[in-house]
Order: sequence, then structure tokens, then C-alpha cells
Amino acid sequence: MATYSTNEFKGGLKIMLDNDPCSIIENEFVKPGKGQAFNRVKIRNLKTGRVIERTFKSGDTVESADVVDVEMQYLYNDGEFWHFMVPDTYEQYQADKNAVADAVKWLKEQDICTMTLWNDSPLSVTPPNFVELTITETDPGLKGDTSGGGGKPATLESGAVVRVPLFVQIGEMIRVDTRTGEYVSRVKE
Amino acid sequence: MKPSWRPVADIRQLRQRAQLLAAIRRFFAEREVLEVETPLLCRATGTDPNLDFFSSRFHSPPNPQTLFLQTSPEFAMKRLLAAGSGSIYQICKAFRNGEAGRFHNPEFTILEWYRVGFTLQQLMDEVAELLLGLLAPKLPHLSVRRIGYQQLFKRHTGLDALCFNRQAYREYAVDYPEADGMCGEDHALWLDFLFSHCVQNRMPEDTICLVHGYPAIQSSLARLNSDDTRVAERFEVFINGMELGNGFFELSDADEQEARFDREIARRRRQALPDVAKDRLFLAALRSGLPECSGVAIGLDRLLMIATGCEEIAEVLAFPVGNA
Repeated sequence: MATYSTNEFKGGLKIMLDNDPCSIIENEFVKPGKGQAFNRVKIRNLKTGRVIERTFKSGDTVESADVVDVEMQYLYNDGEFWHFMVPDTYEQYQADKNAVADAVKWLKEQDICTMTLWNDSPLSVTPPNFVELTITETDPGLKGDTSGGGGKPATLESGAVVRVPLFVQIGEMIRVDTRTGEYVSRVKE
Repeated sequence: MKPSWRPVADIRQLRQRAQLLAAIRRFFAEREVLEVETPLLCRATGTDPNLDFFSSRFHSPPNPQTLFLQTSPEFAMKRLLAAGSGSIYQICKAFRNGEAGRFHNPEFTILEWYRVGFTLQQLMDEVAELLLGLLAPKLPHLSVRRIGYQQLFKRHTGLDALCFNRQAYREYAVDYPEADGMCGEDHALWLDFLFSHCVQNRMPEDTICLVHGYPAIQSSLARLNSDDTRVAERFEVFINGMELGNGFFELSDADEQEARFDREIARRRRQALPDVAKDRLFLAALRSGLPECSGVAIGLDRLLMIATGCEEIAEVLAFPVGNA
């Protein structure tokens, strides 16, 4: 198994901690003039998303985590698993509820997502930054209102609920920023 | 990111560095302390297992030699003292391998001085006087506080620093589940861990904190207290939680010094660290007689960080290691 020494620590490095794959967010070198040096590290557990702080003795080594991001196309949901495919190789992966987590509300068939694999198994799914989804439910808006002031909730085909301007209607396709969950614009067919 | 040719520190920091150096030289000139220079490239280096050094090859046929970039000018300056130099100071570069971060650059500037005939108390007074003078323009409300290591440690952790009790230490460090596995039965390591994680960051603000009476297991090159051998005649100076320097009532007993070297060399072997030889010329100087003296080293880059309000050491360096 590959290992990293603390002096290779930097943001984004993937390591194993307490048997879970983690990603280093921040690394601070702490050393008294006379005495032991430490690396105080802020780490995200990639399974739970929790951020913790941990101190290592400088020079110690930790096991690397085999974590990679792969672009995959979302295919379908069979009721239990969400199926994805690597476009180049047609290799398929099935992700469970834990891996898909909050991304589920943005998934649209054929969209390209980022799949994080740990030891070649789906760990998490990141939807595209922008998705285009059809509104399945929203209050009828007032004709002619183009101001967008106030807005109203709208349910999208994927199940997500976003605030949209009053003039946007059922059946229309809108563009949403998945990082903020905010409406961006209507999409002309 | 690609390194830029441009300096990282801006011109204000560079000017302030020049002023700081001039003020320090004035301070010592007024007190008739002699400025000296000693080699940066040395035949021998320190044995401290916590200090990693840079080494280089000196091409001097027929016997090529390894030379070390000094981690501190301490040994060479003590050779001058033993030769009768009287009180001396030096402003120089020191090099420590593997040290890079918000408060560390592997090459940094040290102000080190020795006062012949000074007790540790007198030297602490002088450190406070120098720092108050240098920092007055930026921090006019700076005050000075002396506190015993044991007392400070107890105040913030409730633990006895001198008497190791692994269970009590572990129970206190409940928020640091990694501590017990990492520190184990190593008392000094526990102290380093707890002090840097739970004490240092809680020191009073805008105060020059002179922490004295370090535990004997962290004596380094300090003499042990003659009344209480559990503590060393060593102090450290902190401002706003940042460690600025280390001072000692200097160990002058050559045999005791050699025994400490041997212990550190043995520890290096146990930890599979690079072997180093004892500095024989330094030991010979001690044998010929080091005058009673106290000495201290201050990190000038960090002092400059405080004087300029910078958060990272790189901001006060023209070319930190990233684009040196």
C-alpha cells in the first residue's frame, strides 16, 4: 500500500484515517524551537462528509487512500441503485443511497456527473454545476410578471424544489446551479 | 502555482526589516556588546533529534568533507566566549531542514546573543527591554509578564508538568484522541503536544510572555536549577502565542554536555535518524572553560511579523523558500 509522509501533506491529498478515506483540507506545521514537530491537519471524511482535526508527529507516514474522481454518465435508477457509465469504456458502476446522498435530487438521465471512487467502488456523486430540469409542479404565476421579485417554489422532474420567478410555469425547463440550489434562467427549447 | 520572480514581501516590510536590524545594532552598541560573525557552513552540527539539517559536500581533494549548514550559531559563539570574547551578539541565517509553514521557513534569520556574568533573570530583563523598544511603534500597549512553565501549564490544563501521569494527561486530552497513541510513555512528547495545542494559544494578548523554568527533560543546552534539578534554567519568549526565542543559563560542564550529546545520538539511532558526530571543538572549548553566561536566540522574521502585523512568515521574506 502506498504511504505519504507528513511532509507531503497538502490540500486535496487523500489518506486513510480510522479505516475511512479522507481528504486533507488544510495542513499546519507546528514546531517548538526545541522539541517535537507536529502537523495539525484539517481533514474531511469522504464517507460521512464530516470535518475533523487531527495531529500527526512530523515525519510519520499514513496510508494513502485510493480515491479518484471519474466523469460518468448517469443512466437510470432501478429502485435500489443508481447506475452510471464511463462514456469511453462503457464500464458501469452502481451507487447506493449513501453514495448518491444529496446529489439524488439533481440527477437527470444522461447527464455527466463526477463519481468519486474508493478502491473502485462509488463513494460519492457530484452532479454537474449546472443542470437543466423541467418543472413538474408550481403555482400558476401571474401573466405579464417579469420582475421575478419574490418568487415561488417549484418542484423539478428530479424531485428538487427551487425558488423560481413568478412568471415561470409548469412544463418549462430551467437552468439551476446545483452548488447553491439557485435558479439561473429559463431554457429555450 | 508557478513561482514568480517578484519578491513576496512588499517594500514596507523590507524597509521595516532594515530599521529593525539598525535598531538592534544600536541597542547592542550602546551596551558595548560585540557583533561577531561565525561560519554558516560548519564541520559539525547539533545532535538534537528534533532538528533536521542540510548537509553539503566540500570538494577539498584528497579528502572531500561533509559540511553542514548551521541550525544555530550556538557552538561557534560559545567557542568565542571560551576564548575570552566577552559579551557578543550575532545576526545571521540559520537553516533547518523540513521546516516550512505559516511560521517556518527552512532558512531564517536569528539574533543570538550571550551576556557574560548575566543570570537568566538579567537576560530576561534585557530581552523584554529590547522587544519593548523594537515593538513600541506597532504595539504601544505591550506589557511584560514572567511566568513559570509549571504554573502556566497547570493554569491551562490543570496538569502537573513535572510529574508525568499518563492517565491524567490522556483524560485531559480527550478532544485529541490521537494524543495517547502518539505520545505514549514519552513525557517530553506529551509536554510538547499539550503545550503547543492547549497552552501556547491561550497566553495573554499584547504581552511579552517570558516562560521560565522548563522541565529538566527539556533542558536542551541549559543548566539545571541548582535548587531544584527537576527544572532547567531555560526560558522561552512568546508574543500573542507565537514563540520568538529560547534562552538559557548556559551549561558549561563539558562532561554533562557530552553526556547530553551521547543521549541524543543514542535517541537518533533508535529513531533511525541520520547519524551525527559530536562537535569536538565545541566540547574542547567547554573543557578549557566557558565563562558563566546566559544566552538567547530570537527569530527575527517572526519578530518582524509582529512588528508589521503579518500573518505568515512568507509575507516578511523577500524570497521565501517557495520562490527562493
